[in-house]
Amino acid sequence: MKLQTKKRLKKNVYKGDTMPPPPPELAEMLAKYHGQPDALITVLEEIQRHYGYLPRHHLEYTARELSFPLSQVFGVATFYNLFQLKPPGRHQIRVCTGTACHVGHSKVILTHLKEKLGINEDETTPDKLFTLQTVACVGACSLAPVMVVNEHTHGRMTTDKSWQAIQPLHDENDVTEVES
Amino acid sequence: MTRSIRIGMSTSDIAAGAEATFRAISTYINRHQLPVEVKQTGSLGVCHREPLVEVDINGHSTLYGPVTPARVTPLLDFHFGTDSRGVSTEWLISQQADRNDYPFLGKQVKVTTQLCGLIDPHSLDDYLAHDGYQAFKQALTMSPAAVIQAIQDSKLRGRGGAGFPTGIKWDLMRKRPISPKYLICNADEGDPGAFMDRAMIEGDPHRLLEGMLIAAYAMGATKGYLYVRAEYPLAVSILHRAIQQASEYGVTGQNILGSGLDFEFVIKEGAGAFVCGEETALMHSIEGKRGMPRMRPPYPAEYGLWGYPSNINNVETLVSVPSIILNGPDWFAKLGTETSGGTKAFALAGTIKKSGLVEVPMGMPLRELIYDIGGGGEAGRTIKAVQLGGPSGGCIPQSLLDTRIDYDDIKTTGAIMGSGGMIVLDETISMVNMAHYFLTFTQDESCGKCLPCRVGTRKMLNILERLVNQEGTQNDLDQLRRLCDTVGRTSLCGLGQTAPNPVLTTMRYFEDEYLAAIGK
Repeated sequence: MKLQTKKRLKKNVYKGDTMPPPPPELAEMLAKYHGQPDALITVLEEIQRHYGYLPRHHLEYTARELSFPLSQVFGVATFYNLFQLKPPGRHQIRVCTGTACHVGHSKVILTHLKEKLGINEDETTPDKLFTLQTVACVGACSLAPVMVVNEHTHGRMTTDKSWQAIQPLHDENDVTEVES
Repeated sequence: MTRSIRIGMSTSDIAAGAEATFRAISTYINRHQLPVEVKQTGSLGVCHREPLVEVDINGHSTLYGPVTPARVTPLLDFHFGTDSRGVSTEWLISQQADRNDYPFLGKQVKVTTQLCGLIDPHSLDDYLAHDGYQAFKQALTMSPAAVIQAIQDSKLRGRGGAGFPTGIKWDLMRKRPISPKYLICNADEGDPGAFMDRAMIEGDPHRLLEGMLIAAYAMGATKGYLYVRAEYPLAVSILHRAIQQASEYGVTGQNILGSGLDFEFVIKEGAGAFVCGEETALMHSIEGKRGMPRMRPPYPAEYGLWGYPSNINNVETLVSVPSIILNGPDWFAKLGTETSGGTKAFALAGTIKKSGLVEVPMGMPLRELIYDIGGGGEAGRTIKAVQLGGPSGGCIPQSLLDTRIDYDDIKTTGAIMGSGGMIVLDETISMVNMAHYFLTFTQDESCGKCLPCRVGTRKMLNILERLVNQEGTQNDLDQLRRLCDTVGRTSLCGLGQTAPNPVLTTMRYFEDEYLAAIGK
């Protein structure tokens, strides 16, 4: 088994490959999944958990080290909603657009935040502080409309309350920037 | 004297602020050195009153909610201290054992969720104390064919939405002479507005594992995949722990309990795609590919995961199984109607007074569920319609609310039972807007493999956009009808085939709103 893995590695690093070996932490992640054709989604989930998104080179490394065609890796990375190809901001804001939240006018909140932050859905503010996203239901329907800031769920949102929930993060960052 | 406090710590409780309440309770108990056991449980389903706290003294329990941290001290003073001023009735939910003083709970019949909110989901001992794994042990004394016969007699139908008889599906698998066979549990609850599966996993994970073990024994499966939505981190971590405990208890692995059955659990986290609720798409996703459906037949029982026979069941279906084996198929069948046995869980939400997770027997009229359990419209407003089954389902208008909760009865209205999302809509909500909302969702989630779904849903959405903006014409309405027909009939998988349902039902029952949406 071990021998096979070694062989596979050797075969993949072919002459003329301009890519250097992967960074050690990535190599460690990928090593666990050698020879498992069903592990692609799991690998990408792990990379995203570590880096916050899927860097382009890391997709290329995944394809090379695990012997997947790059097209397949890219195909999976773009198919599922979970995967992000762009680096996220420091704070992630996700507005729930599930049915209950929609009935509770979550759209108004989303529009308000878009205006306040000056960005669209799936975009990051220029200062790399906030990423605004929508989510298809976080299952807190009784608290609709719901907004998730980082890991914290805020229920029964109004336009004012939604900004109040974000403002401290905004201000806090201003202070640290001045100090540094 | 046994004294215990139970606090709900499911995702919805935590969203409502249960963590702060829990900290306040712990601080209080430490400060007063009280000999009280504090138990963190799953969700009791009373989501509109979360965070919930249940105080149990010598088996007499009182349920409170919402208990904010500020309310903890007066509440515990009342029960364990010398303060006899009492507790505000506003926080009190119920103090009767049968919960008949709170119809939201009293009128429910809990089978699949019977232990949710009562036991600690992290504790195997709690589950064992409530007949845990007894059904599995009993099943092992029966022959696999007898287990399947019991499931058939119970009239259990697939709870994922389609309502296919579970026993027949299992029997097809049992008769396949090929091994290995795979059992897949579909916990990819993608329907926005539904959270039954999550509540069951977070509240009582071992019941699901036990149901899977019984299923595996009946059909001879050796590996069980749990495909869980990645947006449910708490459910995933609880499941990991439960599987670990099950393995220590000896109900997974080789030759389980000397029965000759080998079985192991594998958790697969879905990466967020609604179409993965479709069984062939789900299998592709487990194989690490893009979750796109394929033509059926061959059905998964013939050609499933990696080409081997596979069986896919919804969480709720599998969770029903232990009770059927323990209490007998007749008991389960009698709970429901002539054609579907047992109970059905619903995630009740929308503009309703009392939202949450409810479980009712099959055959209960929708009206009873919405008015007696749910308490009617929010802020006293009139209920206009109920949306069942999320983006694949349809609307049932107020006039048809006497329809019984039954797969066949609901189908006659044009809606489907669905997996259990139930959104109540009141008079303030435009039905054209709702149809537009659901189409936005299905259009976005269409995988793009087949043309009717890829292009058809886009065209339908364009028309609905015009209607929402009051710019539509009569021609748009005619074309929308034709498109619904084409997309529904010719799409490859369930996503496309059911995508027109929200449009068709709203056009059927609320045509006036569509006519009013035509521009002048």
